[in-house]
Formats: sequence, structure tokens, C-alpha cells
Amino acid sequence: MFGFLVRRLLSAIPVLFVVSVVTFLIMWIVPGDVTAELAGPDATPQQVEQLRRLLGLDQPLFGRALIWYRSLLHGDLGQSYLLNRSVSEAVFERLPVTLSLAGLALVLSVLMGMLLGIFAAIRHNTWADQGAMTLALLGLSLPDFWFGLVLIFFFGVQLGWLPTGGFVPIAESFTGWLVSMTLPALTLAFTQMGVIARMTRSSMLDVIGQDYVRTARAKGMPFRVVIFKHALLNALVPIVTVIGVMTGVLLGGAVVIESVFSLPGVGRLIIGAIQRRDFPIIQGGLLITAATFVFVNIAVDVLYGWLDPRVRDDR
Amino acid sequence: MTVDNGAVGDLAKEMAQARWRRRADFFRRLLSHRSFVIGLCLFGLIVFLAIFADLLAPFDPNKNDYRNILAPPSAAHWLGTDGFGRDILSRIVHGTRVSLRIGIVVVITTGVLGTFIGTFAGYVRWTDTFVMRIMDGLMAFPGVLLAIALAAALGPSEINAIIALTVTFTPRTARVVRASVLVVQRQPYVEAAIAAGAGHARIIFRYILANALSPLIVQLTFVFAVSILAEAILSFLGVGPPPPLPSLGNIIAEGRAYVQEASWISFFPGVAIACAVLGLNLMGDGLRDVIDPRLRNVREAG
Repeated sequence: MFGFLVRRLLSAIPVLFVVSVVTFLIMWIVPGDVTAELAGPDATPQQVEQLRRLLGLDQPLFGRALIWYRSLLHGDLGQSYLLNRSVSEAVFERLPVTLSLAGLALVLSVLMGMLLGIFAAIRHNTWADQGAMTLALLGLSLPDFWFGLVLIFFFGVQLGWLPTGGFVPIAESFTGWLVSMTLPALTLAFTQMGVIARMTRSSMLDVIGQDYVRTARAKGMPFRVVIFKHALLNALVPIVTVIGVMTGVLLGGAVVIESVFSLPGVGRLIIGAIQRRDFPIIQGGLLITAATFVFVNIAVDVLYGWLDPRVRDDR
Repeated sequence: MTVDNGAVGDLAKEMAQARWRRRADFFRRLLSHRSFVIGLCLFGLIVFLAIFADLLAPFDPNKNDYRNILAPPSAAHWLGTDGFGRDILSRIVHGTRVSLRIGIVVVITTGVLGTFIGTFAGYVRWTDTFVMRIMDGLMAFPGVLLAIALAAALGPSEINAIIALTVTFTPRTARVVRASVLVVQRQPYVEAAIAAGAGHARIIFRYILANALSPLIVQLTFVFAVSILAEAILSFLGVGPPPPLPSLGNIIAEGRAYVQEASWISFFPGVAIACAVLGLNLMGDGLRDVIDPRLRNVREAG
């Protein structure tokens, strides 16, 4: 198991390297001159030139790459152009909001998706099965930010049950935090539960066809016990695999949803930085979010290896 | 190969007939697949709107009418008007055109690039690890975050949105193609072709790609669906094709400020997106069921 964990961690190195190269290149292709904009309309050409040299933007591709990697290896993601603080400070301060939103959405979508999938599998080939699967696919087909606006309109404006936006830190009040996170997490969960629901259904159908399930039924075990104890526990393994991929989609979705519900997470930081052309923030936010995703995936793989020993022996 | 007697001719004719029968059978099965047909209808509706947008839209999508600002749905404006008095129905009808246009181009570019990269990595084995690691790295950016950052760096325009989406969706497509190339490559008929002295080009196009096509088509249906969703996200965040172009994401973004008093602005374009995407997803599911008999057996056995 330990060897498996080490192998998995080592395989992350090339991926993270590619991530850093791509992040660097994205900022390198930015057309136009950022420095003139940053310096303001009153700046003299000399001042603009000075600022450009200060930011290292006068260097050619190779020189800028050298600066990027030298500071990256020191754990330094640079300074924000406009926030007057370091990028890592700004990003890490907001990361918990994004992670808790994605985490809450993950829990909700796994719960909702598994219920839907089990329901569909039990009622296999009936109208209920079709209805459940259509609902799952419908969720996957909705634009998440739009569904968020619909929920805001319905629960926030019409019914007035939940706030239309804003954020309460968990340290301040747990219930306040939960209330402010409910709609955004529901939005994300509804648009992603279909992945789990479809996986649960097909995995359950596979298992229900197995001999040991028939044996359990034949010896008179109650239906509910067979479904939840024998079938679901064995069907769980493939479901875990999709959680890794889903985490990525949820993280990416959280970035967008934060803007809809005005939550102070990394997503809103990045979107704000895009509007203000604060490139170090975009760069750092991108890098840290991607790195988070890579490590979450490793965690899911390790969980998978723990659930199914064949996986860790294979590689 | 110049020997041409009756037997060979008959065989060729028979094979052509068999191929034709298989194709007819394929379309018959597809058209009797319920969710595929429902998907085809939903998506067909959006395609119909896009093709005949000029005839169907009752108003000019960009014409301001300051006497009719934020008008709720009525007989004159079926889906209401926005903050400039522009007719929402007309904007949506023209918006489907923008969404489908971007979707189609992304499908083509992703299909070509993904096939090239996937085949290259699968066929030229020593490049495999290197190429696929780069793809893994691109896939490490969660969701559409890579597309958002790329579109932001390139600047908001339709072409740049297409570039950003292509870069985001190509790795997954390349992975699908590579996987089927690896499987097909080991088939006896490929070995036979090599033994018969077929060149690389012939092996790749005639045998490998021809047999890797099915999973690629299914994958591209989903790429189409996801790129419509992603384009809407880019527009919503202000890094997609810029206003006043009536892309569906732009209309939603413009209606956001009026969620309380004029919810129809944002609501209806979302329904159009959902229609197109649900239709494509249903079609993709149907195609997968019909193309991959293995999956169909699993279903029936379950």
C-alpha cells in the first residue's frame, strides 16, 4: 500500500510540471502591453519601461520562464499587480471557501445520485427507471450558472427562504455558513448528480445479476438487506472511481458558481483578476487549483486501492 | 491483382451488399432507440431555429426599442424584452445560431486534433508516454477553468473562444482515440495487413481509424454538448464572444441584473441551451447503445 502511494505521488510530478508550463504559456500569449495599462495614462515612457523591467516583462520567453521557475521552486507565486499582496496569500486565503463549496456539493451529489441510481436499478426497465435517468441526464444538461440563477429567483426572490448571495464564514456562525452555502452547493450537486446516478445504476445492475445476490434472495434474506448490504457495498467500488473525475468538474464548477452567488472564493478572485488584468493572480489561482485537483485525484486513487487491492497490485 | 474472374466479382458484390445491409440495419436500430429519437427531436428543434433564424425571428435581435423596456412576455413579444427593449425570442433564435456555430467548429477542430494526437501516441509507441503526459497535464485543470483562463488571455472573441474550448476538450478526445487505436492495433486483421505489405498510411486510415471511428463519434457528440455549455459559461463570465452578439450565454449574462424584476430575460435562453444539450446527450447515449453491442448486452442481462 505504501509503495502504491509513493508511485502515485511520483506520477504527479510530470503532470504538475506540464501544468506549470501551460500556466506560464497562457500568461505569455497575452496580447498587448499590460504595463502601459498598469502604469496609468499619466506615466512617462521611461516609467512604463522601468515598470516593465521591474515585472520582468522585458525579458524574452526563455528569460521569463527562468524567472517563473526560479520563484516557483522557492514557493513564490509573485505579487499581485493590484492587490498589494502576494499571490499565494490571496489565493490560499480564499481556497477554503472554494474547497468547502466543492466538498459540500460532492457530498450532496453523491447522496442524491446514489439514491437516484439505486431507485432506478430496483425499478429496472420501468417508467420510474426512465424518469430517474432522464432527471439525471437533464441535470447534466443544464448550464450550472443558469440553474443557480433559477434557484436564486425561486428560493431567494419568490419564496424568500434563502439568501440570494453573500457569505458567512464558518468561524462566525455554522448555521449562517450552511445557509449561505446551501443554494450554491445544491446548484452544483444537481448538475453533477447524474454522473453518480448513472454509474450507480449500471454498477448495481451488474451486481444484482451476480450469483451471490440471487443466493441471498433465495435463502430468504429481505430485499432491503440484499440491496443495501450485498449489492450496494459491492457496487460501490466503480462509483468511487468517478468521484475523482467529478471532483475536478465540481472544483471548476465552484469557480463559476462563486461568481453567481458572490462567494469570496478562488473563482471570484480569478474572475475579478481577469477583469482587472491582474495576471499573477490568474496564474497563481490556476496553478493552485490544478495542483489541488491533482492531489485530490491521488487521494481518490489511494482510496480506490484500499477498497480494491487488485488496483494497487496491478501497477 | 489484375485477375478478374466472375467469382471475385461476385464476392465483391456480395460484400458491398452486406455492408449496405449493415448500414441500413444500424440506422433502423438507431431510429427505434427511444431516447435517441427524443434527443434528435430536441436537438433538431434547435437546429431548425438556427437555420431559419432570419425567417423565424419576429424582430431584429439587436434593435433597441426604448418604449418597450423590460416588457414581460406578451402577444407582441412572446418571451418579453430586455433592458434595451430588444425582443428576447429573436435574440434567442439568433443565439442558437452562435452556439451551434461554435459547437460545430469545436467538434471539428477537436475531432481532427484529437484523432491526430491519439493516433500518433497509439501508433508511434515511443512517443506515447510523452504525449499522453502532456494531455494529462492539460486535463489537470478542473472543469472549464483552462478554457476560461485561455479565453481571458487571448481576449474575448468568437475565434478565441473556439481555440480555448478546443485546447480544453482535445486531450480527452485524444485519450479516447488512443485507447481504441491500442485495441485495434492488436487485431489479427491488422497483422494480416502488415504481412500483406500494407504501408503505414494504409494501415492507419484503412484499418485502424476506420475501426476507431465509432467511439470517436460518440465522444464528439458529448464534446458538442459540453462545448455549448462551456461557451455559455465563457460568455457569462465576459470572456466569450462579446456583446451585442446574441450568444445564449450573453443573453443570460445581460439578464442577470434583472433577475428580480425581469426574470424572463435569463430564463428562456437557458431553456434553449438545456434543449440543445439534453438532445445531444440523449443522442450520444443512443449512439453508444447501438454502436457498442457489448454495452447493450450488459443492459439486457441486468
